[in-house]
Amino acid sequence: MSSETMSVFSPQLSARFDALVKKYPVKRSALVPMLLYAQDEVGYLSDAVIAEVAERICITELDVRNVASYYSMLRFKPVGKYNVQVCTNISCMLRGAYDLLEKFQDELGVGHKGITQDGLFSLEEVECIGACCWAPAIQVNYAFHDDLSPEQVPAILEAYRSKASAGGKSA
Amino acid sequence: MPRLVSHPDEVKIVTRRFGQGAAAIDKYVELGGYEATKKCLAQGPEWIINEMKASNLRGRGGAGFPTGMKWSFVPKQSAKPKYVLVNGDESEPGTCKDHLIFLHDPHAVIEGTIIAGLAIGSKVGFIYLRGEYRYLLEIVEKAVADAYAKGFLGTNIFGSDTEFQIITQTGAGAYEVGEESALMESLEGKRGVPRIKPPFPAVVGLYGGPTVINNAETIATVPHVIAMGSEAYAAVGTPRNGGTRLFCLSGHIERPGVYELPMGYNLKKMIYEVGGGVRGGRKLKAVVPGGSSTPVLLPEEIETLGMDFDQVGKAGSMLGSGGVVVIDDQTCIVEFALRTISFYQHESCGWCIPCREGTDWLKKSLTRFHAGFGTAKDIDNIQYLADNMMGRTFCPLGDAAAMPILGFVKKFRKEFEAHLDGKPCPFAKHVELAVV
Repeated sequence: MSSETMSVFSPQLSARFDALVKKYPVKRSALVPMLLYAQDEVGYLSDAVIAEVAERICITELDVRNVASYYSMLRFKPVGKYNVQVCTNISCMLRGAYDLLEKFQDELGVGHKGITQDGLFSLEEVECIGACCWAPAIQVNYAFHDDLSPEQVPAILEAYRSKASAGGKSA
Repeated sequence: MPRLVSHPDEVKIVTRRFGQGAAAIDKYVELGGYEATKKCLAQGPEWIINEMKASNLRGRGGAGFPTGMKWSFVPKQSAKPKYVLVNGDESEPGTCKDHLIFLHDPHAVIEGTIIAGLAIGSKVGFIYLRGEYRYLLEIVEKAVADAYAKGFLGTNIFGSDTEFQIITQTGAGAYEVGEESALMESLEGKRGVPRIKPPFPAVVGLYGGPTVINNAETIATVPHVIAMGSEAYAAVGTPRNGGTRLFCLSGHIERPGVYELPMGYNLKKMIYEVGGGVRGGRKLKAVVPGGSSTPVLLPEEIETLGMDFDQVGKAGSMLGSGGVVVIDDQTCIVEFALRTISFYQHESCGWCIPCREGTDWLKKSLTRFHAGFGTAKDIDNIQYLADNMMGRTFCPLGDAAAMPILGFVKKFRKEFEAHLDGKPCPFAKHVELAVV
């Protein structure tokens, strides 16, 4: 069996990783980006992901877990298809981030780190995301939404719901 | 999409290409881009460092260290490769300037990195962006690829026999990695914990080689300094504080946004004229002048305060990262302090005990306090805890957590006292969130 068929990653991501480990003066520098990109594809850092990343970089799985546990964006459990991250740090807080968070909680029926039953959304209260001048701001996966008010919450969620069902049909 | 703002008092140097599509390399070149690099290639390292020294450009990350001097510390001869490392891990609450630089002018960062490389004799530069800035990383990666395609990067840049490579890197969520030694650890694929100093990065840095680490705004400023000349750049600011700064006005302000103003610009004017004053015509209660780690200032302290490193330092705070957070009179300072310390408690890496334990106890203490269960003794205890963190950690995160808390207690002691003896918080709507 070739290494490609055994990979937990898609052929595209595997090829990307092959290039990534050669990009830096030392292989290990590829670790953090690899984990993040792997998580983007698989959804979280599963045992299989950790094992393969460790093998590709030639370090132990324990080393990988040790590093991964440091970074707040890396996770060992799945989240919703759309991970809603509400910043409540000072600049956002002053402009109503907690009202926004409350509205998301009400609309989704879940709290901090909760996942909706259909697996479509998860909610997270996060630290500063670097959008202080356009507060309050959130990130849904990597997409920024800024200058928000609680009234806009249903429309934002609806847009992602339709995106998901459109994606479902084409797939 | 982040909104761009403008004000007549602005002096647009770093932001001058914003909103003009300069992320596209042809547009950037059309607007005068990469001329500074060519000039530096012709003039050589000594000239570059002298220009940087004469410009009085100081590090925009927060510490305000003179950039030219930093570059001059790198040994000329080195057995190990030298590196340039651009810190785009922008994570200080209240700061979002690098966000706009990466979005609107990524080539300025690339150009600044090449120039820094020429100055110190390095062949490789790294541009590190925080993980949350994925869409900006894609913009920067495209810009780097375009620069390679044009021969501006590679083995023979601009047809010369000089080599310079740029490698981009993403973080994955960690405030601490904004500290230079933790940044190097992260780039080496490790937990972002700080290294003990000395040796300083200029001598032993990334992969053990001499390394210059600069904030993304500092690096993006470099080509402008070269293009306009150090003398003209220095003339914009105040003595020892050259040029302009990207100030991020946020919080309770009428017109929030990133404004490029000369160093030394009056803070009161910045809030009331540039930012349009406190939102909804309310009264100003306090202002955090340079990101969440800088001690708070009272309205009477900003009357004549010029925003440069020296003047803000003299006023007992710091210019920091340029994040000006405006707080109105309807805000509970205890809640604000609690939210600030919660952040540092979350971000402390746990390497140094005073920071790990200090942030945790401060959070516990302030949580209890805000919920109305504090005692008079707690106020002194908060001060005692914060005092004992100052200067007792490897990296500045411990100080960054303690300094603002000391400021809040010192300047708003009455408000802390108003929370005593089970009295409900006079302001906060979200007091229940604090009851853990």
